[in-house]
Amino acid sequence: MKAPVTTDALLYLNGVTVSFDGFKALDELSLIVEEGELRTIIGPNGAGKTTMMDVVTGKTRPDAGEALFRGFADLTRLDEPEIANLGIGRKFQRPTVFENLTVFENLELSLADSRATWATLFARLTPDHHDRIAATLARIGLTALSDLPAGALSHGQKQWLEIGMLLIHDRTLLLLDEPVAGMTDSETEETAELILDLAKDRTIVVVEHDMAFVRSLGARVTVLHEGSVLAEGSIDHVQNHPRVIEVYLGR
Amino acid sequence: MRKTAWSPGFWACFFGCGLILAIAIPAFNLLVPPNSPAALPDYLVPLLGKYLCYALLALSLDLIWGYAGILSLGQGAFFALGGYCVGMYLMRQIGARGVYGNPLLPDFMVFLNWQQLPWFWWGFDHFAWAAAMVVLVPGLLALVFGWLAFRSRVTGVYLSIITQAMTYALMLAFFRNDMGFGGNNGMTDYKDLLGWDVHQPSTRLGLYLASVVALGLGYLLCRFITASKLGRVLLALRDAESRVRFLGYSVTNAKLFVFTISAILAGIAGALYVPQVGIINPSEFSPGNSIEVAIWVSVGGRGTLSGAVVGAILVNAAKTWLTGAAPETWLFVLGALFVLTTLVFPHGMVGLLRRARWIRPRAPAPVPAGEQA
Repeated sequence: MKAPVTTDALLYLNGVTVSFDGFKALDELSLIVEEGELRTIIGPNGAGKTTMMDVVTGKTRPDAGEALFRGFADLTRLDEPEIANLGIGRKFQRPTVFENLTVFENLELSLADSRATWATLFARLTPDHHDRIAATLARIGLTALSDLPAGALSHGQKQWLEIGMLLIHDRTLLLLDEPVAGMTDSETEETAELILDLAKDRTIVVVEHDMAFVRSLGARVTVLHEGSVLAEGSIDHVQNHPRVIEVYLGR
Repeated sequence: MRKTAWSPGFWACFFGCGLILAIAIPAFNLLVPPNSPAALPDYLVPLLGKYLCYALLALSLDLIWGYAGILSLGQGAFFALGGYCVGMYLMRQIGARGVYGNPLLPDFMVFLNWQQLPWFWWGFDHFAWAAAMVVLVPGLLALVFGWLAFRSRVTGVYLSIITQAMTYALMLAFFRNDMGFGGNNGMTDYKDLLGWDVHQPSTRLGLYLASVVALGLGYLLCRFITASKLGRVLLALRDAESRVRFLGYSVTNAKLFVFTISAILAGIAGALYVPQVGIINPSEFSPGNSIEVAIWVSVGGRGTLSGAVVGAILVNAAKTWLTGAAPETWLFVLGALFVLTTLVFPHGMVGLLRRARWIRPRAPAPVPAGEQA
């Protein structure tokens, strides 16, 4: 038996390895995210960004390594709903809102409330819930569309709805997978502001390709390459790092 | 204000239909003189009762298929199990009036030279025991089967195939004489139910009314579930299952819950069906029966509870009429109906009606949710 790890970090990954049919999507990845941090993760296609999120949210079980949340919760042993209920929220690369439910109902399902099947059968919306949904609708600018099926929203509106769904639950750690993919420039700008605003009272990890967007967040950057960390630091540090230049431009 | 599932309009429709089924139909049967053209002959009462049992069965499938995306092609198995539980009670009620006059053993056991009642027949001489089994046997089977399937995340067509295999396996098992359920012939020649002669028109009317009540209560239960927050969780997982998990809901538990409720409703439908048709045999387990239920639901309108009821009643009425008028055409008509529904009106008859209602007002309705193919 290994000695138990003690860590103060909110998210602690150590030596995480995931292989699919011999291909190592993650190769002894180690990553520490402190509480309250805003972190951006960049890397070329196939660098393991999405797999890393899959490990943290319980979708993929690593072959080796440790993944701890708050220093005690072993993410390699819990399933998706259990991890979500610890306070880890995820926004997918492709916006996935519930298309046949209205915007309001999408937010209703995301409220921080009991998730037990029996409790949902008898759940009633309290005035407090209504206030929180109204506040979130205002924050993501969808108040007027609240009774529209989410499937009828534009791409950018779906992305915001999905962020709203994470917001309303008040989670500790948000994982955002390419939050501005497919957005117009002005939508991207608004999203950056929204994320900076959100980062004031929670920990956020953003995976992104758009370098202008990463720069506008002004956060610590981790570069992934072939399943492990290549460089870490400020955006300027990373952009001038010889290995990063080689990986991004060299071939 | 947001729409509520329990508006006065809904209750008006619900009780309106209830009045027609529970008061008008018995009145035409009992009060109108039998030789009048408006009279409802006695033989039609159990037939209507049978349709209502099918409607409850269709409702049970619509709850899981229309709302949670679980296409069970083994729904007939739960129906047949409920039916067998009542069949066993009715067999025990025959007592010494059987052909062999054995007070304890049903005729088929005497015929097989069995000396004593198998342990699993114990208690079936009591109605309360049989009624409890009608709920427990399908419910427990669904609970165990569903737990294994949903925990392993078997979904979509794979789930349909294993439910189909389940009902097929049960059919083969029940065909065997040494299972102790009457084998090939099943159970029939019932005499009485709770002391009433099952052949009497009054008993049949009573069974019909019991079916009306069961369908009504089943409908309200399904509406309660689908209108609750759990109903929205189900719709959400039907469309994006993994997203629901990342929100923190247990997809396994939610599915298991509706699957079990649905099996219990199907069992109750089967329990009311058997005394009205007077026989239960293993062919009720046949996979074709379960597939037919899916056709009733899709013709009526999948994902609308009223659609399941309407579809089951209309398709079966058409079947009764056509198998009398031109028996060889029925299967072609059924197949054509299914193809037509899928291609031309995917939301079924109720979907067609709703669309017609939306066309009338001048202001364009908000973009309907339209299912992505």
